[in-house]
Amino acid sequence: MSGAEPVPSAVPSAVPGPSTAAPAPAPAPDDVIHDIGFRHYDGQRFGRGWVVRSLLVETVRGVFGLGRPARAKVMPWALIGILLIPPLIIALSILLTGGDQLPISYTQYPSSMQLVIALFVAGAAPYCVSRDLRHGVMPLYLSRPMKRSDYVLAKFAGLSISLFAVLALADTLLLVGALLAKLPVGDQLAGWAGGMVISAVLAVLLSGISLVIAAFTPRRGLGVAAIITALMVVSGIVAMLVAVADQKGYPTAASYLHVLDPFSLVDGFATRLLGVDAANGSTYPQAPLGAVVFGLVIVGVIGACLGILVRRYRKVGVV
Amino acid sequence: MDHRAALRRTQDSASPAPSVVAEDLTRTFGPVTALSQLSVEMPGGVVGLVGANGAGKTTLIRILLGLLPPTSGRARVLGMDAATEGLAIRQIVGYMPESDCLPTDVSATEFVVHLARMSGLPSAVARERTADTLRHVGLYEECYRPIGGYSTGMKQRVKLAQALVHDPKLVLLDEPTNGLDPAGRDEMLGLIQRISSDFDISVVVTSHLLGELERIADHIVVIEAGVLQRSTSTADATQLSGVLLVEVTDGAPELVARLRAAGAQVADDGGARTFTVELAGEWVLDAVQDGAADLGVGLVRMQRRRHHLTEIFRPEQEGGHVRS
Repeated sequence: MSGAEPVPSAVPSAVPGPSTAAPAPAPAPDDVIHDIGFRHYDGQRFGRGWVVRSLLVETVRGVFGLGRPARAKVMPWALIGILLIPPLIIALSILLTGGDQLPISYTQYPSSMQLVIALFVAGAAPYCVSRDLRHGVMPLYLSRPMKRSDYVLAKFAGLSISLFAVLALADTLLLVGALLAKLPVGDQLAGWAGGMVISAVLAVLLSGISLVIAAFTPRRGLGVAAIITALMVVSGIVAMLVAVADQKGYPTAASYLHVLDPFSLVDGFATRLLGVDAANGSTYPQAPLGAVVFGLVIVGVIGACLGILVRRYRKVGVV
Repeated sequence: MDHRAALRRTQDSASPAPSVVAEDLTRTFGPVTALSQLSVEMPGGVVGLVGANGAGKTTLIRILLGLLPPTSGRARVLGMDAATEGLAIRQIVGYMPESDCLPTDVSATEFVVHLARMSGLPSAVARERTADTLRHVGLYEECYRPIGGYSTGMKQRVKLAQALVHDPKLVLLDEPTNGLDPAGRDEMLGLIQRISSDFDISVVVTSHLLGELERIADHIVVIEAGVLQRSTSTADATQLSGVLLVEVTDGAPELVARLRAAGAQVADDGGARTFTVELAGEWVLDAVQDGAADLGVGLVRMQRRRHHLTEIFRPEQEGGHVRS
């Protein structure tokens, strides 16, 4: 505060000895440190929109480990690598063998990589919310020009966008391979567009479910385990129930049981909405009604997750 | 910069608007009353908010930030209504929570830049101000390392930096000296004083220790069980008392006897070399001086005693002027 007082950056060498003959890096005359004190800021201050956007960007960066220590980058990028290898191999194989169609469709691909996707979201969701809960960061967010629901929306959108980016990247790699192999462009683009839609739906649905679980488990390890359990074990149980119902002669009930598993829920929706083949040879309820029911369940689940999160955060981070 | 600071100061002195005004503020949580009809004005500068744990300090801060609606009454922060203009208040107010609130796996720089953006600063400004602010709170090279490895003192500095980074007009500091060792406590108190004097930012700082706020606060507000006990400027509370402290090399008892003989009120329980005498008039000073000269004892000091803020808490002794 004592004005601009230059501090000499180096003591001038007073002794002109032989050592000074060596070209020592002489400080430029303008290399001085000015103590300019605390500076006030009179510029623009953005409102809630910018604040939410910033939180969203930070969430997306963090999910991929950017701005975090190296060990936080290992898991997401290893999983992304695993997710991208099959499209690469598929593309190479049709390039080399000259097949006339992709061995797996754009909508089937996310379902076939269930485990990897579940692992990715199980690692990302606790980062998004559990970290702030465990370390008590919420008071710092709440004391800024934003509302509690803004926090929930930014985190939800951030995780959904991250997950969608990963799924879309895999599908796009598949498209590039197909186009390089000179498969019909129109068909492939249509299939890819369908894949994008389904990726987006799956990303939002999985983000919602895993964020709800993570928001109630401040311990990170617990959250990861709970999400994997919820996504994978439930998937297995539902598959079993479907098989049992099928055997006992209730095919309609069996086809509707798929709504309980997020992956087959989205797959069934895709099958009936876009008319594509089912991922695991499952049978889903017939089109208009099937598409409507599955669609409504998806919307309902996403809405419920959002509602639960907002409710949960009404109490959290009480300053 | 200096010019602008001076400008701010003149504006402040021209219109001494209080930074915080509470009117009949009441907040209950079910059967528990956290604040009860609290009416208080906090001026600029450093305001110390003193109260035991659970006295309602944190509840008051939550209301001031617009995060908790009062049950009745209202509060204004920098002229804005806390109940309805919370977003606008939080844009120009900084808050340092009492609890641990830092993630461990990011660096201080990274985290404070993020929170600066969350306060509405553009990215470039956020980075620039983060570097500046961390330097001002006394964090240098270490702010590029993950926060997990920081000492308590460094963490407190990061918490303080995030409250200052967006250049607020007012900062609310909740128990900033909590958990610090005596040296760290002194540094933190010095820093808080600088926030007001050098940075020109009003400060409301809470503590359950009156003694430490006495040193830095311009104004003290004492609340107990949600009720205002006292709101007073520190200058008033610590003004010169009418008591003179005298220290001599030896022969204190003889000097005391002479003064008593001269009619002065002397309290002589300090020890062999010091005593206090009530300053009834100029003649007491002369009597002490002459007595010391006559007895041939060396006069080490004659000092007018100041009141201590802790006396606020000792009303039963308010009457007795003379004490050790």
